[in-house]
Amino acid sequence: MVEIEIDGKTLQVADGSTLIEAAHQLGAYIPHFCYHKKLSLAANCRMCLVQIEKVPKPMPACATIVTNGMKVFTHSEMAIKAQRAVMEFLLINHPLDCPICDQGGECRLQDLAVGYAESASKYGEEKRVVPDKNLGPLVSTDMSRCINCARCVRFTAEIAGMMELGQSFRGERVEIMPFNGKTVDSELSGNLIDLCPVGALTSKPFRFSARSWELSRRKSVSPHDGLGSNLIVQTRRDKVMRVLPLENEDINECWLSDKERFSYQGLNSQDDNGRLTKPMVKQGGEWKEVDWNVALDYAAHALRDVAKTHGGAAIGGLLSPHATLEEMYLAQKLMRGLGSENIDFRLRQSDFSADGHRHGTPWLGMKIADIGKLDRLLVVGSFLRKDHPLIAQRLRQSAKRGAQVCVLHSADDDLLINLEARAIAVPSQLPAMLAQVVKAVAELKGVATDAALTTVGAGLVDVNAAKKIAASLVSGGNVAILLGNFAQQHRQAATLNALAQQLAGLLGGRFGFLGEAANSVGGYVAKAVPGAVNGNAGLNAVAMLKDPRQAYVVLGAEPELDCADGAQALAALGKAAAVVVLSPFKSQAMLDYAAVLLPVSPFSETSGTFVNTEGRVQSFHAATKPLGETRPAWKVLRVLGNLLDVAGFEFNTSEDVRAEALGGMPEFVSGLDNGVAGVAPNLTASANGLERVADVPIHFADPLVRRAPALQQTRDSAAPTARMNAATLAKLGLVAGERVKVGAGGTAILTAELDAGLPDGAVRIAAAHADTFALGAMSTVLTVEKV
Amino acid sequence: MALIDTINPLLTTGWSKGDAGWSLKDYEARGGYAQLKRILANKMSSDDIIAEVKKSGLRGRGGAGFPTGLKWSFMPKAAPEKYVVCNTDEGEPGTFKDRDLLRYDPHSVIEGMIIAGYAVGAARGYNYIHGEIFEIYRRFEAALDEARAAGYLGQRILGSDFSFDLFAHHGWGAYVCGEETGLLESIEGKKGQPRFKPPFPANFGLYGKPTTINNTETFAAIPFILGMGGDAYLNLGKPNNGGTKLFSVSGHVNRPGNYEVPMGTPFAKLLEMAGGMRGGRQLKAVIPGGSSAPVLPAEVMMECTMDYESIAKAGSMLGSGAVIVMDETVCMVKALERLSYFYYEESCGQCTPCREGSGWLYRVVHRIEHGEGRAEDLDLLNRVTDNMMGKTICALADAAAFPVRGFIKNFRSEFEYHIEHRKCLVDPEVQRMGSGFFKAGAA
Repeated sequence: MVEIEIDGKTLQVADGSTLIEAAHQLGAYIPHFCYHKKLSLAANCRMCLVQIEKVPKPMPACATIVTNGMKVFTHSEMAIKAQRAVMEFLLINHPLDCPICDQGGECRLQDLAVGYAESASKYGEEKRVVPDKNLGPLVSTDMSRCINCARCVRFTAEIAGMMELGQSFRGERVEIMPFNGKTVDSELSGNLIDLCPVGALTSKPFRFSARSWELSRRKSVSPHDGLGSNLIVQTRRDKVMRVLPLENEDINECWLSDKERFSYQGLNSQDDNGRLTKPMVKQGGEWKEVDWNVALDYAAHALRDVAKTHGGAAIGGLLSPHATLEEMYLAQKLMRGLGSENIDFRLRQSDFSADGHRHGTPWLGMKIADIGKLDRLLVVGSFLRKDHPLIAQRLRQSAKRGAQVCVLHSADDDLLINLEARAIAVPSQLPAMLAQVVKAVAELKGVATDAALTTVGAGLVDVNAAKKIAASLVSGGNVAILLGNFAQQHRQAATLNALAQQLAGLLGGRFGFLGEAANSVGGYVAKAVPGAVNGNAGLNAVAMLKDPRQAYVVLGAEPELDCADGAQALAALGKAAAVVVLSPFKSQAMLDYAAVLLPVSPFSETSGTFVNTEGRVQSFHAATKPLGETRPAWKVLRVLGNLLDVAGFEFNTSEDVRAEALGGMPEFVSGLDNGVAGVAPNLTASANGLERVADVPIHFADPLVRRAPALQQTRDSAAPTARMNAATLAKLGLVAGERVKVGAGGTAILTAELDAGLPDGAVRIAAAHADTFALGAMSTVLTVEKV
Repeated sequence: MALIDTINPLLTTGWSKGDAGWSLKDYEARGGYAQLKRILANKMSSDDIIAEVKKSGLRGRGGAGFPTGLKWSFMPKAAPEKYVVCNTDEGEPGTFKDRDLLRYDPHSVIEGMIIAGYAVGAARGYNYIHGEIFEIYRRFEAALDEARAAGYLGQRILGSDFSFDLFAHHGWGAYVCGEETGLLESIEGKKGQPRFKPPFPANFGLYGKPTTINNTETFAAIPFILGMGGDAYLNLGKPNNGGTKLFSVSGHVNRPGNYEVPMGTPFAKLLEMAGGMRGGRQLKAVIPGGSSAPVLPAEVMMECTMDYESIAKAGSMLGSGAVIVMDETVCMVKALERLSYFYYEESCGQCTPCREGSGWLYRVVHRIEHGEGRAEDLDLLNRVTDNMMGKTICALADAAAFPVRGFIKNFRSEFEYHIEHRKCLVDPEVQRMGSGFFKAGAA
């Protein structure tokens, strides 16, 4: 610690702190533009110049390191003169277009100009005009407003991991620009809008639609991936106008992924595939808009009839993992009240053999913030950058600090992280590959190897890659293994789980699951899984579709896109006598299979709770009133419970539901445990033929984001292709760019594409997409032939 | 152009044969590489070398005049990876001494750099050569080949334990890359933008490693200092202004060129060596240390001696030793417009005051020169320069500001005349006469 004095106040600050950090500690504000606590120092805007005793020139507070006894004056004549001088320079070429600038009202330049600028400019020369750039569908540019603080440049290079913007030319002609002909395609690009201190980078979907001071601000929680990013939802007249990050250092820091930031557009979708705003029932094959009481009666009757005729077990409940804790809790209670144990939210999971063997609720295995403290990591089966953009960002920073990150996966996507080692194998060999890592670690540790592992077919996988990963892992002090979405959706997910557990045990480290969805932990807490109440009696998400039920309750999901086998789901729903759908959205598929459509609120129109991947309980209120006749799903379920005479449905508020589900209001849920017992690793499985590697593209992962138009125009939303490496293409006699017929459960016509990051014999075809759902299972073997 | 005309030739001793005297053979014949051999044979300690350089009073010849020995002593001893970098990014208008040093005597720079590498414990060096003098870059490469072939560079030099290799790197002519940290960024393959200091290169230099970076002339002086001894070198010049210095004399003199004189030589003597004023015209003004140094009126300059203190006392800087001589045919407004355009063009653009201010200065001076000046412009220019100076990462903003302040301060009436009468005080015909394109008296 060193002692310094700022404006006459003495304070202790940590060694190596900068003056601006010290001033913040004191609550003193030093004006600045280029400085940002998460970015490297640039010291180029010069707005933060302050006076330091015995230093003849004003010094930038952002880049000056404190020394013991330093005396700093932030408001002395020298400091103020320097700050005013810089402000004058910043303004001479800045257009006076605040009245038409989206940044107006939340512009740092505008704010600081009030405090540090003259009322009239002394600049009488021609002003600079800078050509605008096309950065893609999300970020809009007005480059004449740019003050060249280069925050955006540093963000792309340091946080997003790829320098997609640079400062070209020099002097007064400097311009921030992307590479020639390129846009900014990072999944974190929206943060540029927040970082830009002026109106040079603004939100393309939002711009010109509202002034910032017209908007109401509501805290909320992201309904997408398992991180549970904290949001500020901004509304005007009960319409969500935009979404901004709510800073939470433990979760999303000050960032949001583009999915979290721009998916709100889906809340306002109005086309045939858009919001469902009125209850509807199908009568004689015709859809009719009806009153709520009619629709609810209809739904209750349908379910009661099936329960009476075929028994409760003839009903299946498919819940979206993006539904709130309250919704899931009431849905499972309703299902169980009807006598059905067939309830599941793990819609894309295909291996449930760990059910009944779990010690507790699977979770991240650590706090999110602890990820940054790890020095060795193995990420198994994850399209990390697209599935968990902000966790990928944390790993990127860890790797820069010296942590070693290894990857074991079926696709070698560029994570923009410096990887220590990687092992890429076809899906069926992932367990064997992980077993090899376990074996290698055991050898390095001098521990006897599990007999089952010594027999693992070493000839099938790249043993050297496994050894390299093992060498990295054993060299660390704080190790973790993280299982991604792909590992959780894997046909041998339980084996991967058991192996990761074994590996963590050998290493004295931790292991966990990267939660796929906002409530991947919450679903377990809400008991929305078979067997949670009555032993192992019910059918899981796959079983209840494989063995079709008479009736289904679908909450918030589009099973044809959100299930492990969309084709199978659609077939089962189509055959059912009654499908009751509670959804914020409608779709043609829904109109085909459903008997009754109940319009329920998306996250922005209801109160509720998400339990994020670290087990953190995050409740939120509605940001707007429900659209049209939409109602919060917990209320709909509560009334359905009453109509069906299910006991214990006397809730008046969502808080009551939460209290019952959680047994209080803890900060973190209890019962988190990734351990499994009695799951014998199954390492014999091998696939015969081409194996599908199915990713869930970032902007197709859930019903809300699928309806966000701007996101659908990004490069990440390109139509699925059949990707193969050069060897696989050659073996099939294919050339990249050719149309191919892909066959599995069904068929799809796709374009063959070269992807050097895939293992031999793998064909990568995205799931959750209308073009590919007919193929059926995400995890399958398939045929590929030229059309 | 006069090649040399010196009082006590030292650095320029090898220049007498012009382009025929640069090779290794010639350099060795002049006693070249003897100091390196002596150091390696005697296993001289690094401290002894640095002490000798300190004793010599050698100050950085790039313009800032920082004591070289002291700079070397800042290098951390224990660091495993260190660099020596030579700054030949000679971009300051008026300066052309390093160009000729590398052209006529490249091995003196190579030997100086090897000795510096030995002294600071670096195994690798780079010479960053300005990207407009490509023939010099090729010359230096040729000299490097010779030195490597002769065993002066590479592994275990001359059978000693010391290994050092040296590489040439050329820029593309950006002035700001002559700023030492901008230069380091440029070698690293990045855009040439100066870094915020501290940390200084001695701690965080090339590729983040401790780096000693000196001017070409500074390195060239090293073998001579070690040859004659620090004391003898110091005694060539004045106390605290050791040795000789190259001055690039340009402008309205009869024999523009590089002149090596001991520090402290009167300016009048230097002017005489350069053949006096062209066409016998009257001296009007001198920029004594490269275009960023404030201009001095004739009567002040004629009283100065060529050393750091004397020039500083007169209100300017010795800088890189580029002496720009202007006679009575020069319009000071036009001269300043040209200089201001240079800094406007060469600002790297990262710091606000320089990016915005350099263009502002140029535009106002341009307006005045073109008869559109306003009464308040001179105060405005002074205010803008005041707002620029001392507020940026590197000194380019100051370099842009100094000429403006110097010209206005010393030739204010000429600027006022321009604003008031919307034309030059110096008749355009006279101006044309003074420009090098017309022979004196031809008009």
